[in-house]
Amino acid sequence: MKVSISINGENVSRDVEPRQLLVHYIRETPGLTGTHWGCDTSNCGACVVLMDGKPVKSCTILAVMSEGHEIATVESLEVDGELDPIQAGFHEQHALHCGFCTPGMMMTARALLDENPDPTDHEIRTAISGGICRCTGYKNIVAAVRWAADHQAAAKQEA
Amino acid sequence: MAVVEQNLPSPETERPIGFGRLKRKEDARFIRGQGTYLDDIRLPGMVYGAILRSPYAHARIVSIDTSKALAHPKVAAVVTAKDLETLGLAWMPTISYDTQAVLAGDKVRFQGQEVAFVIATDEYSANDALELIDVEYEPLPVVVNARKALDPDAPLIRDDKIGQRDNLASPTWEAGDEASTDAAFAEADTVVVRDIIYPRCHPAPLETCGMIADFNPQTGQLDIYNGNQAPHAHRTVYAHVAGLAEHMIRIMCNDIGGGFGNKVPVYPGYVCAIAGSIVAGVPVKWVENRTENLTSTGFARDYIMHSEICAKDGRITGLRVDVIADHGAFDSTAQPTKFPAGFFHIVCGSYDLKASHVKVKAVYTNKAPGGVAYRCSFRITEAVYLVERMVEALAVEMGVDPIDLRMNSFIAPEQFPYETTTGWTYDSGNYAKTMRVAMDIAGYEDLRREQLEKRKKGELMGIGISFFTEGVGAGPRKHMDILGLAMNDGADLRVHPSGKAVVSISAQTQGQGHETTFAQIVAEELGIPPEDIEVRYGDTDRSPYGLGTYGSRSTPVSGAAVAVVSRKVRDKARLIAATMLETRPEDLAWEKGRWYVKGDPEKGAMIEEIASRAYSGEPMPADMEGGLDAQVIYDPPNLTYPYGAYIAVVDIDPDTAQVTVRRFIAVDDCGVRINPMVVEGQIHGGLAEGIGIALMELISFDEEGNCLNSSFMDYLIPTALECPDFELGETVTPCPHHPLGAKGVGESPNVGSPPAIVNAVIDALHETHGVDHVDMPCTPARVWAAMQGHAEPPQ
Repeated sequence: MKVSISINGENVSRDVEPRQLLVHYIRETPGLTGTHWGCDTSNCGACVVLMDGKPVKSCTILAVMSEGHEIATVESLEVDGELDPIQAGFHEQHALHCGFCTPGMMMTARALLDENPDPTDHEIRTAISGGICRCTGYKNIVAAVRWAADHQAAAKQEA
Repeated sequence: MAVVEQNLPSPETERPIGFGRLKRKEDARFIRGQGTYLDDIRLPGMVYGAILRSPYAHARIVSIDTSKALAHPKVAAVVTAKDLETLGLAWMPTISYDTQAVLAGDKVRFQGQEVAFVIATDEYSANDALELIDVEYEPLPVVVNARKALDPDAPLIRDDKIGQRDNLASPTWEAGDEASTDAAFAEADTVVVRDIIYPRCHPAPLETCGMIADFNPQTGQLDIYNGNQAPHAHRTVYAHVAGLAEHMIRIMCNDIGGGFGNKVPVYPGYVCAIAGSIVAGVPVKWVENRTENLTSTGFARDYIMHSEICAKDGRITGLRVDVIADHGAFDSTAQPTKFPAGFFHIVCGSYDLKASHVKVKAVYTNKAPGGVAYRCSFRITEAVYLVERMVEALAVEMGVDPIDLRMNSFIAPEQFPYETTTGWTYDSGNYAKTMRVAMDIAGYEDLRREQLEKRKKGELMGIGISFFTEGVGAGPRKHMDILGLAMNDGADLRVHPSGKAVVSISAQTQGQGHETTFAQIVAEELGIPPEDIEVRYGDTDRSPYGLGTYGSRSTPVSGAAVAVVSRKVRDKARLIAATMLETRPEDLAWEKGRWYVKGDPEKGAMIEEIASRAYSGEPMPADMEGGLDAQVIYDPPNLTYPYGAYIAVVDIDPDTAQVTVRRFIAVDDCGVRINPMVVEGQIHGGLAEGIGIALMELISFDEEGNCLNSSFMDYLIPTALECPDFELGETVTPCPHHPLGAKGVGESPNVGSPPAIVNAVIDALHETHGVDHVDMPCTPARVWAAMQGHAEPPQ
């Protein structure tokens, strides 16, 4: 069946089996392998994308269910060569090692800051607790989100 | 946190290039979602493999009918053991000289064992076709308990091995001295005995294992895309297994989503993908799902330990250990050949013992094979857990503070190099100093006061100590090898005419930041900015031979190789500079990036000028070839011995027995830190894994051999909510025999943290509930049972 989904602002249309998962639909779109698959059971969060601005686990959503929705993946974060503060924060604070969980963590963090631009450390930890990072022990991820919140706020003030 | 900051180097003391907190080069692609992990690769004409696995832990295979699967319109082939036999690929060697069935022929020996391999045009269809294969099994008696596997009437698991009459996987292996240990115990004034299990757990990297095999029948070339921790060793194994010419195999490991020991072994799925590509003549991709990862690829630990420890006059004097190692159905433990129990005999820890004696025997059970070193140097994790639990138990028995007992028993700084009673030569250390730094950060005395106050109010708080010494960086070729391969690493450094450089290494990053750290080593040694140094690895056609990354060996072995190769280039540059400056080499002195004339510092040559000269038409020194390259294979003279003092503070809910790690203080001495930011990141990550192992992570089985923890729904991994804001400190005791003074750190936090946490749990419960041992993982159910006086070990 034909499924049309807006991914990162572009309309993607493809014939798929009704059972195809959104994560596979996204990953089969040329250039969009930044969304990862890690567990089958909605535990790890490597597949988190934003659906209409809300973080969702794309391994737990069928592609057909995404018809007509706006999906944003990690590839949408950088705009015109400028990194999202979340991306910059992850680099500055050494919040990634192997990088496999990073796209899901960053999309989750993006959604958090969109809703709550000045979260406490505990709010950050709660927000990212739907994801697993096997490398960093989370300390620097929390610091990265904090960094992004601070820099985003400073940039807003300047503007 | 103020105390922590004092223990970190200040920005002023960090050098502008070379060592220091350089942000990682590799981040650029990862933060954009542009990493290239195995499953991101799609080759033209590629087909997909899926594995049919046994639902039984022990059964005879009566028949396999693949006809319905073959009739599936999208299925290209179904491979069984019979097909592999014709290719000579039915069995493969393990890294412990055992053999393992690639696909089961007559029998399955663990639940999840590989039975058939389906190749189809897409992943969904390949998995559909698995359900169309009919296998008739005749179930056999199952043994999952390692002790019961030793019963004379236990079912024989490895009847495929000629002469095998019991379930012993290896003869009893011993270290230390029995007689002197008996004497130490005879004269002791305190003896403590414990049965301690280090249960089965799993590294569970976030990216599972997989491979793309691409065999070209015209040329005989086999290209392999894979995420493994030792590409050169894997290539050698494939040459032996598949009978292919080693020089016609190219392994390419791109980005790897974590390894932690799980990606060291060769797995049947890899051999199936290779066989599939040879049969189908097109690229075959196989990527395991999470359940396959947890139930069939290398588990870790599973050591059942009986131990006695003794003290005399306030000092620890002797240790006796008897271990049953559960290796599962095939012995594929990761360890050097001459060490059937890995480095477990480092179990004497950080203490100046009079004597010790260690016995280990290994058994087969109807459980998945493995015994990989989950962020561990070959069973050191089990050893450290045991000795640190025993020391804690001894302190409780003696009624002394656990830190005081350790301080009284430490190997003293002047005793290094120190030979342990089991034969290790520790290189350097100042244990008491590191312990004191940890106590300062923790505010140890205040914590003890707080604990007393809380106890009066009925609150359960525990303070747990662990002091570990590890032997990492395997290893000297005179002492160790894996499958006959020396555990050395190569480095190849090419400085181009522009002064920019490429260094190729045999270490294999899975997230450790090699592209940054190894560039920093060259930068430190040659004065070339790190951004001008490209680090190549992971492609056997573009990197020198070496044994890869595990057991914290990247910096100790490969890092040393890079330092040595840089110095070779520097030495050559000196001779060229002497020609350029029309002086003698011995009249030149080095400063970072430049040879200059002693006494006339204005007169000198920058490394890029020397490089340019080396490739130019200008004369070179007599008898010297052009170019500015060098190559080394580094053979470490000894292991390195990092150590650390860890303190865990836990709170236990008296009503639910839920353990919360409130604080975790980790003071590591890993020698010189090349990039402290990366080192600290490694420590954070390992501590989280240690919390997982101590409190949550368990691979367990029921009596029929069904794995009860086969997904992340029941194999629990800590999230950000289970991890505290780790507090780190450091001391620096440079390794005397490593060219950079570095010791390696990756696994230290995983090794050192579980005993600290379990000791804290005991510390919280001993006085109020009389608990003197709880096995890991300290789940609410197990801790609650212990509080009621009937602790149950995990199965």
